[in-house]
Amino acid sequence: MTAIEASKPARRRRARGLAVNFGRFAIMLATTVLGLLAVTFFIGRVVPIDPVLAIVGDRAPAAVVERVREQMGFNLPLWQQFVVYLRQALTGDFGVSVLTTNPVMDDILRVFPATLELATVGTLIGAGLGVPLGVVAAVRRGSIADQIARVIGLIGYSVPIFWLALLSLLLFYAKLKWVAYPGRLDVAYEYTFTPITGLYLVDAAWTRQWDVLWDAFRHIILPGALLGYFSLAYISRMTRSFMLNELGQEYVVAARAKGLSEGRIVWFHALRNAAVPLVTVIALSYAGLLEGAVLTETVFSWPGIGLYITNSLQNADMNAVLGGTIVIGSVFIAINLFSDLLYRLLDPRTRAR
Amino acid sequence: MKAPFRAKAFREFSAGVALAVLTALGGPAYAATPADTLVEGFAIDDLITLDPAEAFEFSAAEFLANSYNKLVNLDLHDTSKVVGELADSWVVSDDSLTYTFKLKPDLKFASGNPITAADVAYSFERVVKLDKSPGFLITQFGITGENVAEKAKALDPLTFQLTVDKAYAPSFVLNVLTSMTASVVDKEVVLQHVKPVTPSDEFKYDNDFGNDWLKSAYAGSGPFKLVVWKANEALVLERNDNAAVHQAALKRVIYRHMKESAGQRLALENGDIDIARNLEPGDVDAIAAKEGFAVTSAPKGTLFLLGLNQKNQYLAKPEVRQAIKYLIDYNSIASTLIKGIGEVHQTFLPSGQLGALEDKPFSLDVGKAKALLAQAGLPDGFAVTLDVRNTQPVSGIAENLQQTFAQAGIKLELITGDGKQVLTKCRARQHDMCFSQWGSDYFDPNSNAETFTINADNSDASKNKTLAWRNSWDPGELNEVTHAALLEKDTAKRTAMYQELERKVLDAGPYAFIYQQIEVAGYSSKVKDFKLGPSFDTNYVFPISKD
Repeated sequence: MTAIEASKPARRRRARGLAVNFGRFAIMLATTVLGLLAVTFFIGRVVPIDPVLAIVGDRAPAAVVERVREQMGFNLPLWQQFVVYLRQALTGDFGVSVLTTNPVMDDILRVFPATLELATVGTLIGAGLGVPLGVVAAVRRGSIADQIARVIGLIGYSVPIFWLALLSLLLFYAKLKWVAYPGRLDVAYEYTFTPITGLYLVDAAWTRQWDVLWDAFRHIILPGALLGYFSLAYISRMTRSFMLNELGQEYVVAARAKGLSEGRIVWFHALRNAAVPLVTVIALSYAGLLEGAVLTETVFSWPGIGLYITNSLQNADMNAVLGGTIVIGSVFIAINLFSDLLYRLLDPRTRAR
Repeated sequence: MKAPFRAKAFREFSAGVALAVLTALGGPAYAATPADTLVEGFAIDDLITLDPAEAFEFSAAEFLANSYNKLVNLDLHDTSKVVGELADSWVVSDDSLTYTFKLKPDLKFASGNPITAADVAYSFERVVKLDKSPGFLITQFGITGENVAEKAKALDPLTFQLTVDKAYAPSFVLNVLTSMTASVVDKEVVLQHVKPVTPSDEFKYDNDFGNDWLKSAYAGSGPFKLVVWKANEALVLERNDNAAVHQAALKRVIYRHMKESAGQRLALENGDIDIARNLEPGDVDAIAAKEGFAVTSAPKGTLFLLGLNQKNQYLAKPEVRQAIKYLIDYNSIASTLIKGIGEVHQTFLPSGQLGALEDKPFSLDVGKAKALLAQAGLPDGFAVTLDVRNTQPVSGIAENLQQTFAQAGIKLELITGDGKQVLTKCRARQHDMCFSQWGSDYFDPNSNAETFTINADNSDASKNKTLAWRNSWDPGELNEVTHAALLEKDTAKRTAMYQELERKVLDAGPYAFIYQQIEVAGYSSKVKDFKLGPSFDTNYVFPISKD
């Protein structure tokens, strides 16, 4: 009985703590999203581009320009425009894109899977190769392997992706003919294949269309590998420094003293501890790729969200820009949440509190 | 003892996988496009609608030209003439106010519905009542929402009558009717897709005339049907077996949105596309030199010019305007920066249009320019800004101008910006000099004359913000000549009037014309009968076949 009595206030305290935490989180989320909305809205309005121009074009007569300005509410004071916009956004209505004439939400649902698929392939390649590379570089610090890893990282960091993309197209597509281009599928499939989720690799495997799967793979592998290479550069450098930190810890000495094999110490003990900060690095690099790699998407004619938003921004298509920004912002927040959860899984100390 | 063994096994396994992947990837890639399908790489991100009553974009012009028909069309052999398309013949009344068109009998839309004068009348009604960007093409004839039922009407199933408000030159009216806006839509099909609208002050009608649906759908009679349009991705046309006038040779045409010249070139060389439409000079040369490929080109109605704002005290002096025209190095710009994509042009009517002059009195002459500046009281030059887009070739040309202007003491400061940004500023006439481009709205000299030589009200509050207004220029008596030319029935006299206008603008106008755009495309020699037309709505794909 005593034990139960003692635990009751503790449980209540914990429940209250949880509620406070949740409340704090909800407030943080709300202010982040509101800030996001406000900043993008006002940036969109101070850009020295007439938004009506984007809708009617340069050649429209003055009367049409005025009518459209009136219809779009651009004659209202700025704060009123913002209120109208907020009201729409909160009901999930981002309006219609000027450039594509579709509801912005439809457009985003169409372009986002393309980016999601590409970013996922990129991150899988980047993390799959970057982590082992970083570990090897840390373990063999100063060796040839470390130097090679450093050069690979430096090139990945400093070479413009645009240039590398064209060069790799020239090599792997034009000369060697290993990969396919442009877009996500060959024309032969493009209009016979009906996507379900919009992730072509998944859809093709799901419907057992192996030839389509192969074709989609041949289209995605080069842009995916390029993005992977760029995140690899970052991930491997970070892995190396986290691992160096861990390998200097006393538990490693203790493990060696216990007679554990070097492989076990490195891959099981040290890497496991380095994994906690590494998750953040990988998650952030994934989120970065999800924003859409504009240049890669341009070169590969990849109909993703980066291209969509850039194009919209250049044309002052503010509905599309704002809708896209909110989706990306939400994805960013979601990925941060997810990496927080992973923290708890990987590091028992974060669970104790 | 186990660990080394595992590592070895793993190494062997991964090497095996790598080898397998390499051989698989190295297998023959079937890159060729299907034999019955034409694939074009084409930057189509300007496309916002496929409704003929709303579309006004260059890519839309091409898609609509291949999927719709008009009453009349340009004679491709002599673009200063007009021939019948859906119309068998037409009669212009003696007072030049009434145009009566006889339709060819037994023509059908893609849906199988017969093409009648009622469809033509409905097409005009939509354009006028919707009054979108290109609506003025038809409303400029004095046709309004109130009177369109009377002014554009079907007399019987095969007779359509159009009544205009002034005795315009018939060549002008017919030329306007060749534009994509005058495409004939299938009334029955469109009526099935109209949406109810609550009438308001801005839009007085109770339905949207199918505009919302037709933005991305199709109701025409042209050689191709529109099947799919995915914005910024692709547009697919399929052969219309009921085609009214021209039959398509191929079954399908796919336009793939590709933005990069280098990417288009690679895809063309590898056989993934048959035609590359947005090649830059370097890539054009490479394709032209390669076996199995060819390039073709045609001048288009877009002119590139410097607009000289007359609000600027220096640019307002006629000698300074002349001096600037002598400070452009036309020859070296032509041989380098615009090689293959433009040709020097100095008058305000593009080559190919009725009355277009090919006069090129200006060339780089620093001595003459200096003398003119001295006459203007500016022997040491002056400083001035130029707003220019951050794209090639215009930004390269601007840098070239900076050098040649400096030789006469004019200090040119470049303000580069995004296309729409530069346009916004120049439309509000806040520039000194603006690097502008202007494409004709329809294939008639009035289109350009109306903007270059008309400015009835030079105040900031003007209703009609023409290019002359944007450059704060009062064309004076040229206003009258332009109006008169529009009403001149005698085509020879009309031609002479435009030529007079061109000479006067050439001499004193606030525009320094530099070049006319040439559209160029690279294509595989498998493609037969591919030609670019004299305008964006004459880039036909229906004659094309493949080996």
